[in-house]
Amino acid sequence: MSILIIPAILSGMMMGAVYALVALGLTLIYGVLHIINFTHGSLLMLALYVVYFLNLQLGLDPYWVIPIVLPLFFILGYCLQRGLIAPMSGGSEQNVLLITLAISLMIDNLALYFWTSNTRSVDIAYAYDTVEIFGALLPFGRVVAFVVALGVAPLVWAFMVFTRTGSAIRAVAIEKRGAELVGIDVNHTYAICFGIGTACVALAACLLLPTFYVTPQVGYTFVLVAFTTVVLGGMGSLPGALLAGLLLGIIESLCGLFLGESLGQIGIFLAFILILFFKPSGLFGKRAGA
Amino acid sequence: MMLEVRHLSKTFGGLKAVSDVSLDVQEGSIIGLLGPNGAGKTTCFTMIAGFTKADSGHVRFAGREITGLSPHQICRLGMIRTFQIVQPFVGLTVQENIAVGAYLHHHQRNDAMAVARDIGKRLGLGEMLDRPAAALTIAGRKRLELARALATGAKLLLLDEVMAGLIPSEINEIVGIIRQIQSQGHTILLIEHVMQAVMKLAETAYVLNQGRLIAHGTPQQLVSDPSVVEAYLGHGAAARLQEGQHA
Amino acid sequence: MRFQSLGQYGLVLFAIVYLAGVYFVSSPVWMGFTINALIVALAALSWNITGGFGGLSSFGHAALYGTGAYASAILQVKYGFNAWIGFGAGIAAGSAMGALIGGLAFRYGLKGSYFALVTLAFAEVLRICASSFEWTGGGSGLQLKLMPGLAQLQIVDRPWIYTGLLAVVALVMLLTALIQKSRFGAYLIAIRENEDAAEALGINTYQIKVQAMAISGAFGGLAGVLYLQLWLFIDSTVVYGSAVSVEALIGPIIGGAGTVWGPLLGTLGLHLLGEGTKHLLPNSPGLNFVLYAVVLICALRFLPQGLVGFAARIGVLRKKDQDDA
Repeated sequence: MSILIIPAILSGMMMGAVYALVALGLTLIYGVLHIINFTHGSLLMLALYVVYFLNLQLGLDPYWVIPIVLPLFFILGYCLQRGLIAPMSGGSEQNVLLITLAISLMIDNLALYFWTSNTRSVDIAYAYDTVEIFGALLPFGRVVAFVVALGVAPLVWAFMVFTRTGSAIRAVAIEKRGAELVGIDVNHTYAICFGIGTACVALAACLLLPTFYVTPQVGYTFVLVAFTTVVLGGMGSLPGALLAGLLLGIIESLCGLFLGESLGQIGIFLAFILILFFKPSGLFGKRAGA
Repeated sequence: MMLEVRHLSKTFGGLKAVSDVSLDVQEGSIIGLLGPNGAGKTTCFTMIAGFTKADSGHVRFAGREITGLSPHQICRLGMIRTFQIVQPFVGLTVQENIAVGAYLHHHQRNDAMAVARDIGKRLGLGEMLDRPAAALTIAGRKRLELARALATGAKLLLLDEVMAGLIPSEINEIVGIIRQIQSQGHTILLIEHVMQAVMKLAETAYVLNQGRLIAHGTPQQLVSDPSVVEAYLGHGAAARLQEGQHA
Repeated sequence: MRFQSLGQYGLVLFAIVYLAGVYFVSSPVWMGFTINALIVALAALSWNITGGFGGLSSFGHAALYGTGAYASAILQVKYGFNAWIGFGAGIAAGSAMGALIGGLAFRYGLKGSYFALVTLAFAEVLRICASSFEWTGGGSGLQLKLMPGLAQLQIVDRPWIYTGLLAVVALVMLLTALIQKSRFGAYLIAIRENEDAAEALGINTYQIKVQAMAISGAFGGLAGVLYLQLWLFIDSTVVYGSAVSVEALIGPIIGGAGTVWGPLLGTLGLHLLGEGTKHLLPNSPGLNFVLYAVVLICALRFLPQGLVGFAARIGVLRKKDQDDA
C-alpha cells in the first residue's frame, strides 16, 4: 500500500495543478467582482468541447490550439460579464449568484441538447506516454498540464502587479468608488477580469482534454471543486488557489486510493465543509464569512 | 443599582478601544455616556449588551451577573439596546415591526399586535401603523426603534445616538418621549452628541476619551470641566477658553 | 384567504381553475404532468420556509428531499417495513438532516453565499455516499416491490393519486400560512430582514434558524417520500441530484419567495412553460431547463418580488397610499 502512496500523491498533484488553474480564474473573479461565479464550470465544459471539436473536425492538437482558444474565451468571458451578468443582476449579491447559476444551467443544458451526454475524448497518442518521476509512472499529458499550470500562475500574478490593467484591476478590487474617481472604467475592468478568468479556464481545458474526457456534466463537477479550491486558498488569493489546488488534488487522489475510486471526490467536499466551518478565510484569505 | 459596569476593557488588534471603564446607573434615572467620536462609547454599549465579548471586566444588571451572556438572553432579562444606524425590518409594516419586540412576552399574534398598536400610538406612530416601515422618515424610524425596544418590556434602555440626524424640533419631540418613558418607570443610559438633549435629559453623565473615563458629573459640571473641554476641542483649548473669558 | 389586489386573486383563481380542470381533461397526460409538478411544488414549498421566509437560500435542498426518500426506501427494501412506517420515517429523517445541516452551518456563522455553497456540498456528499454503498443500493438505486394498495401506500388509480397530492400540497400551504402568522414566523422574517436587530430584541436567532431548517427538512422529506411511493424507484442522481435542488429554488423565486402561494404558482407556471416547449420541440432533453434559466434571469431582473409581488400591484384593493415613495 505504501508503495502506491507516492504515485498517488504525484498523480494527485498533476490533477491538482489543473484544479489550481481553474481556481485561479475563479478566485480572480471573486477577489475583484466579489461574485461567486457558477458559470465557471460550464465555461470549462464549453472550452473542452471546443477543443474537442477542433481536434475532431480540423485535426488540431489541443496544445496547439491554445493561441486560438484563449483569446476566444477571453472575449466570451468579457461579453458575458459586460453584456449579461452585470446588466441583469441589479447589484444584489444573491441575485448574481442566481444569475450565474441560471447561465450555467443554460450552457449545460444546451450542451446536453446539442451534443448529447455521450462521453467524448480525444486521441492524442503521446499524451499517455509515461514519464518517470520519483519512481512513479505519470502520463506525459498530465506532466505537461502540471508544468504549464504552475508556470501560468506567476505570469498572472506578474500581470496583476506590473501592468497598468493589472493595477486597475487591483484598485477596483480594493475600492471601487475610489477607482472610479480616478478615471478607471469599472465596468470595463470587471469585464476584463472576468475575461482573464475565463481564459484561464480555457487554458485548463486545453491541458486537460488529452488525458481526460468531456460530457455536459463535467462543468458541474469541476465548479464544486473549483469553489472548494478558492475557499481553501482564500478568496481572492492567487498563491492560495495554487497551493489549495495542489492540496486538494492530493486529497482526492489519496481518498480514491484508500476509500475506493467512487469516493475519491468525497474528500474534497468534506474538506470544503470543514473549511467553511473552521477557517472560511482559507489559507491566505483576508476576509472571513460572507 | 440597575446597572453596574466594572473595569470593562476591549482591545481590537492592538488598539485599546475601551480601557478600564466603570459606571453605575441607578434605577429610574437617565444617565449620559459622552465623548468625542471614537472614544469607545458604542463599544461599551456592545459589550454591556452582549454583542461584543469584553476582554476583561464585569457587568451586573439588576444585581445579576450578565457578562458573557448573548444579546437575546440579556434582552430577555430586561435590557435592550438600540442601534446608532436605525435598523427597521424593512419588509414589515410599522405595527409588525413593533410586534416583533412585543412577541418576547406576548406569544399570541393578537396580543403582540395589540401591544404594538398601543405602544405605537403612545410614541406618536398611530397613523403610520399599517404603512411599511420603509416609508418612515428618520424621525419616524427613531420612534420605531424606541417603540420596538419598549415593546419587549425592557426596564433598561441603552440608546445609541438616538438624536443623530434630527432637526431641533424633532429633537424636542424625542426628548419629550424619553422623559415620558422615564416617567413610566424605565431607566435609560444614552450615548449622545447633541448637547441640547444631554443638558435636558441626563441627570449625570460619564465622559469617555480614547477609551478611558475622564469625568463624571452633572451636565453643568462637565461643561466647565477642563479635561472634558480638551477632549472635545483639543489640547490647550480649556486654557485658551479661560483666557478668552478673563480677557 | 385575503389578498391585496385583484391581480393576486386572478393568479390564484387561475391556479385553482387549472388544478380543478385537470380532472376533466380527457388525456391522462395532463394529470400525470401535474402530478409531477405537484411533487416539485412540495419541494419548492419546503425551500420556501428557509429560503423565502428566512432569507437562507439553500442550493442543496436535494439533501433533505433525498434523505426522506432514502430513509423510507431503505426501511422498506432492506428491512421490510411497511410503507407507512417509511412515510413517517422519511419525514423525520428529512427533518433531522435539516436540523443537522442547519445546526452545523449556523453554529459556524455561515450565511448568504457561503451557506448556499455548504448546502450544495452536503447534497453532493450525500449523493456520492448513496451511490457508493451497498446499504443504499449503490449505483443501481433502490426498487420498491410492487404491492398496490393503500396498505403499502401504492395507489394505482391516477385520479386518487392526484387528489391525494392536492390534499398534501394544500395542507403544506396551510401550514406555511400558519407559520407566517405565528410568533415563530415573525421571528424568522425578522431574522431575514436584520439579524442583529432581531437578536437585540430577544430572539434566539440560532435556535429559530435551526428550527426553520428542521421544518423545511420535514416538508422536503415528505416530498421525497411521496416521489418514492409514486415511482417506486430512486437512485442517488434522481433524488440527491442538482436538478432537485435547482427546481426547489426556481419555483419560489419566480412565484414569490416568502409568500404562501408563490412556490406553487411559480412551479406550475414553469412546468407549464416547459411542457409547452416540449410540444414545440419534441425529443429535446434538457431544453426545459434552458427555458427555466431564461425565465429565472428575467424574473430576477424584472420581477424581484416574483409573480405574487408583481400581481400585488395590479388592481390594488386597499386604499392607495398618498405619498408612496
